[in-house]
Order: sequence, then structure tokens, then C-alpha cells
Amino acid sequence: MSPRAACDIEALADDAWLLRFGDRIDPELNAAVHAMAARLRARQPGWLRDLVPAYASLGVFFDPAEDAARVHGELLALVDEASPTVSGQRASGGDCSPLPLLAGEGVPRLVEIPVLYGGEHGSDLESSASELGLSPAELIARHTAGDYTVAMIGFAPGFPYLSGLDPALALPRLATPRARVAAGSVAIGGAQTGIYPRESPGGWRVLGRTPWVLFDPDRQAPTRLLPGDRVRFRAIDADEFARLGRGQDTAS
Amino acid sequence: MTRTLHVLAPGLLTTVQDRGRGGWRHLGVALAGALDSDAASLANRLVGNAADAAVLELTLRGPTLRFDAPARVALAGAATAMRFDGECVPCGRPVDLPAGTLELGALRGGARAWLAIDGGIDVAPVLGSRSTDLRGGFGGWEGRALRAGDALPLGATHARPIDAPRAPAWWIDPADDAQLPIRYCPSVHPAATALARRAWSVSASSNRQGLRLQGDALASTGGDGVSEPVAPGTIQLPADGGPIVLLRDAQTVGGYAKLGHVVAADLPRLAQCVPGQPLHFAPVDAATAHRLACAARARIARIGVMIDARLAAV
Repeated sequence: MSPRAACDIEALADDAWLLRFGDRIDPELNAAVHAMAARLRARQPGWLRDLVPAYASLGVFFDPAEDAARVHGELLALVDEASPTVSGQRASGGDCSPLPLLAGEGVPRLVEIPVLYGGEHGSDLESSASELGLSPAELIARHTAGDYTVAMIGFAPGFPYLSGLDPALALPRLATPRARVAAGSVAIGGAQTGIYPRESPGGWRVLGRTPWVLFDPDRQAPTRLLPGDRVRFRAIDADEFARLGRGQDTAS
Repeated sequence: MTRTLHVLAPGLLTTVQDRGRGGWRHLGVALAGALDSDAASLANRLVGNAADAAVLELTLRGPTLRFDAPARVALAGAATAMRFDGECVPCGRPVDLPAGTLELGALRGGARAWLAIDGGIDVAPVLGSRSTDLRGGFGGWEGRALRAGDALPLGATHARPIDAPRAPAWWIDPADDAQLPIRYCPSVHPAATALARRAWSVSASSNRQGLRLQGDALASTGGDGVSEPVAPGTIQLPADGGPIVLLRDAQTVGGYAKLGHVVAADLPRLAQCVPGQPLHFAPVDAATAHRLACAARARIARIGVMIDARLAAV
């Protein structure tokens, strides 16, 4: 990857700076965001309170009693250090010891998510497939063939925004959002795919459902996925869905 | 001895809050916590709690609570007529109560108040905080606002048995700067400074997630951008031109344009905005924001020291 220019730093709040790497959805920009987040975590500056990686920007929250200008200076220095080797930083993230308060976020991993496609758990599979000119089996095959990245987590606790959707699978949101989308629903909204961590209203096209609980605030690690993780979907049948769902109850 | 707080009537929206849930924003977990953590910490100080003990946040109309054992309580923020077994008890100071029923009525001069009880509301911390995350449905008491019939555990007390409510003659006042404009650091958005040139009023659809403003719509630059981090205080401009000021239950990322952020020192004042209230904004630079934050911290520290001195003299 070619060297990347330094990002801009803007005020987000009296106790937060926003590092802006760009203003579009782009895997390289997102990789730069996660690399910078990993770098900051590795440094563990005493003023660091929260890090919010997003598609093309990174929120850095600091101790309100800290001098904002001093934090700004440290961030500028870090950006300068990081910019020539953005792609390398991410690959060599193994030495990052996670901040205790950032609870376990560390090296990007490859996470395989089991999904039962179609039927009662994927009520939009058939209509989405026909809209795309595919058979349901072809849509499942192409959705599971994708190599996704958790570009960011937001909207709701544990809601992963996954980049890397096959552009041919992009689907407009439902004209009328559903009042209830089940927890674990795997869905496509525009050019993105994501998973609803909790039952909620939603307008994305639901293709299937994972038996995994994506967000459990009572677990030591509350989410299955972390920002920057790579994700693949694996199609499972109803038996495995039931089995994995049960296993989860006893594990948590 | 284990004490329990029984909720006889919940009030409009009463939640368990502490200073908030930091360190989890990268997983989409909101900060939550008392909308005015200074007021909540002073209420805690009045009853001898640590600043981060869990309190009840009251909204517009307070709850009716029954104590099954003696307690020391203090209410900070907006005032209300508090009655204990029918007898008036004062706000802004420590009040010793025997077992009995405390009725908190409609709030006056603001939208929110914080009731601290000695020992704190002893719910289990979730992700390091006892605050209620209303949108996420966890933390606090069962992840929701209180309902009639709830029975909340209270922490250990030093309260001695008494026959009738007792309160000292001194009290702390809420800061009286309601008429000042809300100060904010404008972004580079073309409509950022226009925010200060228009009169706004607080919409009834405001909540702990955000304060919605009504008034002449600002020129929006159209569709949503790429989602990026937001924070309590972020001023968003949706396509309809009606600004939203995010509060502590805000989501962690958002796609609306940003007009800037309300300075930290003025965030507590947003907690007191009642629906229909006029609101004005004034732009300030980062140095002013810093100075205001330092002054606010010094003021709270000063009040805290005075409370401790008074309590020691009792």
C-alpha cells in the first residue's frame, strides 16, 4: 500500500478530538483508522478514555482535566509516525497490549459467523434474490463468499457495520421499516451488510439469522465482534442453528 | 442491615444513574449517566456518598418512594415540593428521614433533579457502571425507567433511628445562569454560525438521547454523510434543518452534518431545558470553552468543600 497523507484533527467535544482520514467509505481509509486506533491503544497514554473507530475517522476521548492542546500535540506526533506505514501497523498489531479500560480489543481476528438463511429467519431472502435476478441459493453463496470487515460498531450497542459486500448484492432499504427485526438477523441495507444485535425496528433486508448473541453486557467481552475484525458468514441448517443457540445459553 | 427502596409511583421518567459508562464507546455503548453529573455528585456529597454513587434522576415529575429504614437523602438540580409522610422537607441539603414515604412532586425551574440516598442505589454495575442505558436496555434497574412496585437495594448506611425528618438550615443553590445563551464551538459547516443568529425552542420530542430544537430551519447541505463519531454536546443538523443537540444517551456514531459542539461547562444546563423553553446559542472559541470548564470545575470543588465543612460542623 502506498504511503498515506496525515489525517486532519478536528474538535469533537471539549474532551475529544476527531481524527479524519477522509470522508468516504473506503477499505484503505478504514484500515488507516483501525491502525491508528491500535497504535493509540498500544501507547496507552494516561489521558485516553475512549476510542471510537468509524469508517473514515477516529474519535479520541481524553480525561477532561487534561490539557486539550497537549493531547492534540501528542496525536499529531503519532499521526506523523504512523502515516508512512499504515498498512504495516495493522499487520504487526500483535504486540498491542489492550488498555484495561478498552477491555480486550486487540489484534484483528477472522471471525466466522453461522447463519441460517431463509425461511422464518430470513423473510427477505426470496424477494431479495428475485430482485437481484438470482436464485436464493446463489444469493446465499455470494453472501457467504464475501470477505467482510467490521468497519465500525455503532447505531446500537454491538451493531457491526460490515464493509466488503459484493456490490452486485446492494439492495435498497425497505420502503416501510419493520416494527420488529429479531436479534441476530443478518441483513443488507444499501451497500452494507450487518447484524441486528437486539430485537429492534429496522428497514434492512433480512436474509437470515445467526444463533449467536452479538451483544451481552453481562459478559466479560460484551461483543462477539470488535472493530477491525474480519468476518465471514457460514450457512448452517436448522439443526445446527438450534444446537448453537442452546450451547450459547449454557456458555453465558 | 439491608435496606430497600420501594417505588410506589414512578414519576414521569425516573432512572438509576451514576457518572456514566466510559471505555466502551468503540462497541457502540453510550456514555449514559446523570445528565448533570456535577449536580448528581453534589447530591451525593450532601449525603456522604462517593461522587460516583448511583442516584435517581428525576424528569419533570418525581416519584413516590417508601423507605423501609432510616435514610439520609438530598435532592439537587431543579427544585420540587418534597413531602415526607405529608410533611414538607427541603431540597438542596441533607435530610435525615425515618422509615416512611417520600413524595416528590412536579419539578420547578428545570426539567431534572437528582436524588441521592446515603449508601447509594446498590444495583449491580454493568460494564463498570450502574447507569441505566435506556436504548440498550441494560444497567441501572433492569435496563429501564422505574415502575410502581420496583424494590431497589440500597447500600450500607450510618443513619441513626429518628422519629421525624431533620434537616439543617443551610442549603446549596443550583447555578442561576438560565438566561445565558448556550455556548458552543462552531464547526466549519456553512450553517454553524447561523445557529447563534436564530431563536430556538426546545421540542417536546427531546429526551436523554438528544435535545431537539424548533425554529426557522437552517440550510441543510442535504443527505447524510459517512457516519463518524459523535459525543454528548455534538450539534447535529438533519436534512429537515432542525438541529439536535446530543446528550448522554447519544449513539456513538452518526451520519448527520455537525454544526459544532456545546462546551462542557454548559452541558448541565441542557439537562434543565423544558419543552417549549426558548434557547439561544453563542459561539465561543476553544480557549473560552477551556476557561469555562475550569471555572465550572472550580465552582463545584468550592461548593463541595463548603458542604464538607458544614457537614463536619453538624
